[in-house]
Amino acid sequence: MAYKIKSAECTVCGACEAECPNIAISLKKGTYVIDPAKCTECQGQFDSPQCAAVCPADCCVPA
Amino acid sequence: MSNVVSLDSIFGLGQLAPPAVMPAAPETASGCSSSSCGSSDGPADMDPAVWEKVKNHPCYSEEAHHYFARMHVAVAPACNIQCNYCNRKYDCSNESRPGVVSEKLTPDQAIKKILAVAQEIPQLSVIGIAGPGDSLAAAGKNTFATFEMLQKKAPDLKLCLSTNGLALPDHVDTIAQYNIDHVTITINMVDPEVGAQIYPWIFYKHKRWTGLDAAKILHEQQMLGLEMLTSRGILVKVNSVMIPGVNDEHLLEVNKAVKSRGAFLHNIMPLISDPAHGTWFGLNGQRGPTAQELKVVQDACEGGAKLMRHCRQCRADAVGLLGEDRGEEFTADKIEAMGFVEYDDEARRTYREHVESERAGRNASKAAAQADVRESIGFTVDPILIAVATKGGERINEHFGHAKEFQIYEVGPTGAKFVGHRRVDQYCEGGSGDVDTLDGVLAAINDCTAVFVAKIGGCPSKSLADAGIEPVDRFAFDYIEESALAYFKDYAERLGQGVVQSRAGQDAVIRTGALTARRA
Repeated sequence: MAYKIKSAECTVCGACEAECPNIAISLKKGTYVIDPAKCTECQGQFDSPQCAAVCPADCCVPA
Repeated sequence: MSNVVSLDSIFGLGQLAPPAVMPAAPETASGCSSSSCGSSDGPADMDPAVWEKVKNHPCYSEEAHHYFARMHVAVAPACNIQCNYCNRKYDCSNESRPGVVSEKLTPDQAIKKILAVAQEIPQLSVIGIAGPGDSLAAAGKNTFATFEMLQKKAPDLKLCLSTNGLALPDHVDTIAQYNIDHVTITINMVDPEVGAQIYPWIFYKHKRWTGLDAAKILHEQQMLGLEMLTSRGILVKVNSVMIPGVNDEHLLEVNKAVKSRGAFLHNIMPLISDPAHGTWFGLNGQRGPTAQELKVVQDACEGGAKLMRHCRQCRADAVGLLGEDRGEEFTADKIEAMGFVEYDDEARRTYREHVESERAGRNASKAAAQADVRESIGFTVDPILIAVATKGGERINEHFGHAKEFQIYEVGPTGAKFVGHRRVDQYCEGGSGDVDTLDGVLAAINDCTAVFVAKIGGCPSKSLADAGIEPVDRFAFDYIEESALAYFKDYAERLGQGVVQSRAGQDAVIRTGALTARRA
């Protein structure tokens, strides 16, 4: 149970990194990635996954 | 080095020999000569304390934009709202519009770049953060980290930022703490019904909001942020994108609302819309306004919050005077190659002193030229528009064929004022003119009676005259406003004799394409 970032569509703006409550998102080799071990899909934390809600390119999706 | 005449004359650089002929300032009623009045104490209707804040800021003072350069550093890529006129995926160095950059910078890279640019461009006075996302999204972390370092490393540079306002109320204290004197808020509506047609969603309090809810929250945050800033004495400029059929008439309401909350300046900009940009508006056929449609709305707002008309809608990484973008000279690779650049404000101080002396006495000479017009022709003749080829310094100092834009002045019995600018493709490249390009220039200044140039060739001169636009090179290198008034006096007399015809009712095309101010 985790989200992933479709790197081909990502604009590397970093909005998701700033919103992630689990510090699961980081910049690796010029693209943002979600660490599936840390991602909780924000369950129990927020109404919806924060990365998907803020992403301007709608490229944060269930893995 | 830029070819701005004033710079050449103080630093001895550039190829154009600047005659720098000061038009003699005639005696005014008060008997105040240009040397004794002595100060550029700003427009008569402006508080001197405010003038002190804006006199060197190209975006906040129309007058300053002829002399001073700004630089945007693209440290804020994240955004917290989606606008129908924005698509930040599209990134091309030939694009000139807000939200677009070629290189995103970390705060450390930004500081290095700023110090390098400041050494090269003595006109630099302002560092702004305008995105390419929202400067206050993602908690404004990069924005404030950059300003914190900059305040220590280059204290002579003014700081400013622009924002959509959604997160603004959370950051007003921090903005005040870093002495950020100038904040721009983009406000396109004060009615959520209108807003819902512009903003598909916002991200606020950990949630994506859509429709009327989104527009309502954004509106409330914008008004609150504006009030909080102005109550702390921070100057606020409001940017509005004019979208025909969506918010064009509504912008009068916006103007009233922001004026009543203390906004210093209102900047109504034309929508930039093209299917190739991939924006929602572009893909759905929403058009931008024509030059006269824009001017009608701007004119209707006169008397409310003061209008800014010199905005070039520049990129979030623009560098240079407002009519130019020298960003390409300062790419990451080139900055790296420069090595360590020491802070040194001497050239900038010299330049600022020079500008002060250039400005001295201008108020008096403008007033005298205006009085001359009024005495000789009264108020019987309607104002006209004049297109001016200039490289800055408030002078007519650009060749017609080299102009990448024309500044538009409205001149009449009440004076000469800057009312806008028109982007064009450079007509003359490599010594020969291009006929198609000339058609574009004619369309861009079709509502003008005359075009003021430092020099013009025989061919374009004839084409202009055939189109009913008079090419004028007799004021070469003189000041724009005084020359415009002298021309208007002459025009009024010729109009009375039936020698020339009024161009009232003509419109022109706004060209919103690339500002690729390549340097020869």
